[in-house]
Amino acid sequence: MATYETHEHDVIVIGAGGAGLRAAIEVSAMGLNVGLICKSLLGKAHTVMAEGGVAAALANVDPQDGWETHFKDTMNGGKLLNNWRMAQLHAQEAPDRVRELERWGAVFDRTKDGRILQRAFGGHKWKRLCHVGDRTGLEMIRTLQDQGVHQGITVYMECTISKLFKDGDKISGAFGYYREDGRYVLFKAKAVVLATGGVGKIYSVTSNSWEYTSDGQGLAYEAGADLIDMEFVQFHPTGMVWPPGVRGILVTEGVRGEGGILRNSKGERFMWKYLPESTKDGFAADEAEAKEWVEAAIAGKRTEARRPPELSTRDNVARAIYIENKEGRGSPHGGVFLDISYQDPERVKKKLPSMYHQFKELADVDITAGPMEVGPTCHYIMGGIRVEADTAATRVPGLFAAGECAGGMHGANRLGGNSLSDLIVFGRRAGAGASDYAKQLGGFPSINEKDIEAAIEELEAPFHREGPNPYDVAKQMNNIMDAHVGIFREAKEMEIGIEKLQELKKDIAKVAVKGDKRFNPGWHLCRDLKNMIVSAEAIARSANSRPESRGAHSRLDFPDTDKGKWATVNTAVSKDGDQMKLEHTPLPAMPEDLKKLFEADKK
Amino acid sequence: MRKAKLKVYRGTADAGEFKDYEVQVEEGMVVLDAIHAIQAKDSPDLAVRWNCKAAKCGSCSAEVNGMPSLMCKTRMDRFEEGEEIRVAPIKTFPIIKDLVTDVSWNYEVNKKIKGFSPAPDDKEWIIHQEDIDRVQEFRKCIECFLCQNVCHVLRDHDRKDAFMGPRFLVRTAGLEMHPKDTANRMQYLKDEGHIGMCNITKCCTEVCPEDIHITDNAIIPLKERVVDEFYDPLGKVIKKIMGTDKKGW
Repeated sequence: MATYETHEHDVIVIGAGGAGLRAAIEVSAMGLNVGLICKSLLGKAHTVMAEGGVAAALANVDPQDGWETHFKDTMNGGKLLNNWRMAQLHAQEAPDRVRELERWGAVFDRTKDGRILQRAFGGHKWKRLCHVGDRTGLEMIRTLQDQGVHQGITVYMECTISKLFKDGDKISGAFGYYREDGRYVLFKAKAVVLATGGVGKIYSVTSNSWEYTSDGQGLAYEAGADLIDMEFVQFHPTGMVWPPGVRGILVTEGVRGEGGILRNSKGERFMWKYLPESTKDGFAADEAEAKEWVEAAIAGKRTEARRPPELSTRDNVARAIYIENKEGRGSPHGGVFLDISYQDPERVKKKLPSMYHQFKELADVDITAGPMEVGPTCHYIMGGIRVEADTAATRVPGLFAAGECAGGMHGANRLGGNSLSDLIVFGRRAGAGASDYAKQLGGFPSINEKDIEAAIEELEAPFHREGPNPYDVAKQMNNIMDAHVGIFREAKEMEIGIEKLQELKKDIAKVAVKGDKRFNPGWHLCRDLKNMIVSAEAIARSANSRPESRGAHSRLDFPDTDKGKWATVNTAVSKDGDQMKLEHTPLPAMPEDLKKLFEADKK
Repeated sequence: MRKAKLKVYRGTADAGEFKDYEVQVEEGMVVLDAIHAIQAKDSPDLAVRWNCKAAKCGSCSAEVNGMPSLMCKTRMDRFEEGEEIRVAPIKTFPIIKDLVTDVSWNYEVNKKIKGFSPAPDDKEWIIHQEDIDRVQEFRKCIECFLCQNVCHVLRDHDRKDAFMGPRFLVRTAGLEMHPKDTANRMQYLKDEGHIGMCNITKCCTEVCPEDIHITDNAIIPLKERVVDEFYDPLGKVIKKIMGTDKKGW
């Protein structure tokens, strides 16, 4: 049998984006021994690509803001399907986590009086996003990375985990390989925090990198955790659409936050048409009011004017762009126009530097001189591993999850800026939860030698068989998801999709590679596909089981949002032998004092 | 649709060669797309690092026709029809396989720099934008290590045993110029990071994909500060008295 190296940590954290780093810092601060495992080099995780900002009700720019409003905005954005307790903790703790980042060295943009500057974003009532130009994620990851490094955290870079081990029902460790040379590695641990991010690579047009292959969702599912809300996949409304090589790359919502205007091929500012009746009051009534709001925002002044319609929630804007195209009013390459060029070029370059360079260098478009072409791109999954709000514990003892791979916080649709804050609030809580668990556990649970052998065998298999190319299989999965479980869904399509996914599983079981184990991306993809298919199937089945449209889940056959049963249940899938079991479980009940926040609005 | 000819380094540190590939060129394609096309069609085992494909993560550094660059930013239409495109791993770091190099040395250097050290206080920090513009410039760094790759102290003289390199001078400058930082890293810069080994050829600045003025804004001010600290004690006292010792970079 192949050899492997062994490491022992009280807690291992899988994933080193914002959530994983924050979790590891917390474990280390609580005096436990932590190992941080990342698929890429440290500091390259997907958090680095977050642009617009981190949402926290500091009320530096709009003094009316507070955690209650942030909580309400988050729940409304999530169409009230969120885990209320997560949304509450998130809104309450985000300001402290942001201040903590500042104390650890993050350098946020400032207001004129020297406080942390905040910008407007879709679905947020007040200017709430603390930011650094349009590279907030980089600032966050570098700050956490340096804090972690100086705390002496052990980091395993370019290491992929392929299996979680259990002793009885309890987590006992994990197994994987180093990408560099394919050598195997065993981690003995009392607790595991999953912070592996999302699943975007199951779609063809995505803002997500190669890392987003549903690792945490797959590992947790195999270990017996359940995945909730998987039907809710966020298509960010503004990805690049042209040229083909850059299709899907994100165009930050910050462009709209800074006053960017969406127009169709007829030059119409179409977003007014798509504002849901219930939210219309929060938006400018006409061009003049929207203009007043933008001018005040640029001048750093307060205004009574309401937000431009482009700042509607992401689900809504993505649908609007899709429909404009479908009805023949799209831009030449299947998007719409996003225009910030009416503003002072120097200001645009200062506030949106990486957007300026991205378009200039990759698309030959000067965004200070003309509009960008943008369209929806798969960006984020609201659903994920079901966790307890306070501790981030899954139903598998010793297994915790935080960040994008966890579900519940964002309900049916995530607001921009709520992801970075989610990472640090629940990253910290997962680290604390895992540490408390590990402390009370005492000794290390055991790992069965047979399980290790099986894990090695699984990884070795693609070298010893004939079968399809993993890249071809991944492409087929993309095609299935695009065609049958995309932005707009209907039963007949999804049923075909589910069937095709069943067929695809047979190919995944047979994928084969050549070469050896030294940095072999084809080999890596063979294992990744097994995680990807878990989320693909979970999304398709969950979406097909929800006969209504809500948030990011849009059904052509059920266009309305249900006020009855479907407003009160989460979809949950779990592993049942070889089958995926699907249930609808009741939403956690919101306490009366929080319910009142919503009632006050209705009056 | 035109085809491009690529020569890509295949192999390890011990043995390797440039292999020929042909790729269909789509509009707007970058070199990283071409590498991915090769991976998907001909060579699933072709090793390359990448993440964001948008010049934000600094993973896909390579030398394209001798020019150290991010492959995700290097457009295929930059090359003439029929021109051979030679893609090699960055030279300064040991090759692991194909285009992937062992950059772990950089992470070891980073560990030695004293981290951000503010004075403890509970009050909200009031910091003015003009006082952090420069620090923010340094914090744009995406750690692509292209500056380390072209620094001749590291590349030609292989002095990784002594010189910290431009990336970590930038990091140190970002800490030293932070208005709330209280630590002093001058001794480290002089005796361990060996800032004196930099002779300001500006190669680092030229390749920085983030346009950080590495030499002018980070290295030269740090060099001046080291000189003040160790070779101009009178000047240092005057600056302290005048209260200009942390400002006026």
